[in-house]
Amino acid sequence: MTAIATEPAPMPHLLGIDDLDTAQVVRILDTAEQLLPIATRERNTVPTLRGKVVCNLFLEDSTRTRISFDLAAKRLSAEVLNFSAKGSSVSKGESFKDTALTLDAMGVDCVVVRSGSSGAPLQLARYLDVPILNAGDGWHQHPTQALLDVFTMRRHLGDLAGRHVVIVGDLLHSRVARSEVQALTLLGAKVSVVAPPTLLPPQVEGWGVELVADLDEVLPDVDVVYLLRVQRERMHRAFFPSSREYSRLWGMDARRLALLGEQAIVMHPGPMNRGVEISGEVADSDRAVITEQVTNGIAVRMACLYLLLAARGGSDAEEAR
Amino acid sequence: MSIHPPAVTGRGRILLTGGRVLDPASGTDDHLDVAVAEGRIVAVGPDARAVLEGLDETAAGGGDAPATSAGHGGDAPASSARPGRDADIEVVDCTGRWIAPGFVDLHTHLREPGGEAAEDIATGSAAGAAGGYTALCAMANTNPVCDTAAIAELVWRRGREVALVDVFPVGSITRGLEGRELTEIGALNACAAKVDFFSDDGIPLADSLVMRRALQYATAFDVVICNHAEDPDLTAGAQMNEGAMSSVLGLAGWPHEAEEVMLARDLILAGGVGARLHVPHVTTAGAVALIAQAKRSGVRVTAEATPHHLLLTDDLVADYDAVMKVNPPVRTSDDVEAVRAGLADGTLDVVGTDHAPHAPEFKDQEWEHAPCGMLGLETAFAVVNTTMIATGRLDPLTAIARFTTGPAAVRDVGGHGRGIAEGEDANLVVLDPELSWTVDATALHSRARNSPYHGRELTGRPVHTLLRGRFTLRDGQVAAPADHGQRTEHA
Repeated sequence: MTAIATEPAPMPHLLGIDDLDTAQVVRILDTAEQLLPIATRERNTVPTLRGKVVCNLFLEDSTRTRISFDLAAKRLSAEVLNFSAKGSSVSKGESFKDTALTLDAMGVDCVVVRSGSSGAPLQLARYLDVPILNAGDGWHQHPTQALLDVFTMRRHLGDLAGRHVVIVGDLLHSRVARSEVQALTLLGAKVSVVAPPTLLPPQVEGWGVELVADLDEVLPDVDVVYLLRVQRERMHRAFFPSSREYSRLWGMDARRLALLGEQAIVMHPGPMNRGVEISGEVADSDRAVITEQVTNGIAVRMACLYLLLAARGGSDAEEAR
Repeated sequence: MSIHPPAVTGRGRILLTGGRVLDPASGTDDHLDVAVAEGRIVAVGPDARAVLEGLDETAAGGGDAPATSAGHGGDAPASSARPGRDADIEVVDCTGRWIAPGFVDLHTHLREPGGEAAEDIATGSAAGAAGGYTALCAMANTNPVCDTAAIAELVWRRGREVALVDVFPVGSITRGLEGRELTEIGALNACAAKVDFFSDDGIPLADSLVMRRALQYATAFDVVICNHAEDPDLTAGAQMNEGAMSSVLGLAGWPHEAEEVMLARDLILAGGVGARLHVPHVTTAGAVALIAQAKRSGVRVTAEATPHHLLLTDDLVADYDAVMKVNPPVRTSDDVEAVRAGLADGTLDVVGTDHAPHAPEFKDQEWEHAPCGMLGLETAFAVVNTTMIATGRLDPLTAIARFTTGPAAVRDVGGHGRGIAEGEDANLVVLDPELSWTVDATALHSRARNSPYHGRELTGRPVHTLLRGRFTLRDGQVAAPADHGQRTEHA
């Protein structure tokens, strides 16, 4: 590994995009670019993290994200320890702090944590001395998802400064949306949001986004349509009346696809609800880059692990220009 | 064993000299000596020493010097409380200090019975004494719930045995806090604990019909109904104040409307049946306005501000330390300002701590799994002094009223929250309004450690507390429980 930009400040953890500055985001994306051939297996696994133990602490089910992190760590030759536990620590009678101290005692070098509880990775970072990588916490942050998304956008659109991204759907319950808006803002993109008013976070205007009432109106102007997953059970809590009404007003279908400019792309963090926020035709069209997002996710997660583990301490000085 | 232990009373003669007496009952704010003998105030004013000296010495016991509790805070007691002991009169120099009636808290979670891992009546009473309190109203959400005279008497009696504060139990409005059937309000009111204040605190009484009937029934005894003002439908899954912070932190929000909708309902229902309503922990600008309006239209309502809602704001949630998790939640600086204004203009009648101890293993959970509540007894005066008095928002005499005569007007707390006058029980606190101190959660007397002020510098602290003429706090040291923590016979 050579020629990785080392000017940005090192990251002690990756807890949320709001901890990063633009230079740090760019470094992650540039690093991922270099690692992409390994992620796609055009090049062989590298021994960069040999001897390091990465713990995947998954306190919420997420097979896709866990596998992605698993692959990322293994392509860098790290040892991977999977620690899955459903439900809260308290249900087992121990405190979350006890769980953290148990990991500490096992001597892991990095913890990748997924939790249904907003803020759990921050708490873990207080209890442990090793780098913590947030793999999604509650409705709060999902930084690697946002990073792989902007990485994918950058590969299609080049520099994102001045580009226009519309995020559609359930922002209220979305950790992806929070990270996404922050990452795009750091890279100078313009962000619009369209959603049923019930699924907008309170005071979302404070996020520096533009609220758009009508999806059709904004589509001709955007470079990216970013669709968020809508959970069908939301309609039972009166967030919206039916999936039919949702898809008619906020879903991406063939008619809306035709409103897009020529190089605009359609993205989705997965898993998709075909027929709700995205129609089958859109999902399968050449505008949709959803499977690319998945592949890029491995490279971006490799970059994050590399920067948290290998680029720390002495190696930083070595690589300094 | 005696079912109704007599109150422990100091036997010595004590002269508090040189202090500024703040007595809201009479409106006195003056430098006066206060003479105490046999548990009562025997004189206030220039002749206090002469009155004490004139008392028949044989009537006075050999002074009263309970052992100080070990393990909390440093040095042995300083000797300033008894520099001028002459003729068995203990002279306490109160120069630069305030002398006020002992504080009354309408809203304390003492956790006993059932929650002793977090607090019990002895540790909570010690925290109360350290905070300048002589009377605590123990909330009903214990296990078992305080919904029968038997539990109420147990709590009341245990307070008497510990004898660091008087404990006045709160009865639950509904059996088991279940929101359906009324507790035997008449029996609770008639028992030794004389319960005249009822609350399902912690759980809102959501059913409007049950609430209306509770208010109606309460009028038969003219007792107070206190409902936790929160519409539970509007707070399903709520974790913190709803607003810009909850939005960024990804936590489900507790909208201010949830408090105001329920409060508006309660005010309308209480006004309709002529019942007495007490509103605990008011936190929003809208709620303060609703209470002010109801008072103007003659609703028999009293209301409470907690210290934490006078100081803390929701940006403190940013690092997800569950010590900041509380119900109702800490809100915005605009809301803090409204609560301060409400306390200053009397819309909010009392400061109530909502002292809510939780064992560390429960607070060391992910934010969403941690319980709500924070410690408050030992920091209440300091927070009010720092936010309201030192800032000139509230004059000292009125501030003291919010801790004393205010709560005593809500429910009957016997000889507490009354005047500093001859013949009254000597329930007093001596405060140092200038003392700046840094809160150390591990040095507090509560068994739990969940103080949101840990590491924060506050100004003002009780120096001495007297319960019926006996020092429960002397020179900042809490006395040992009268029964040394054991249940004992009182002859």
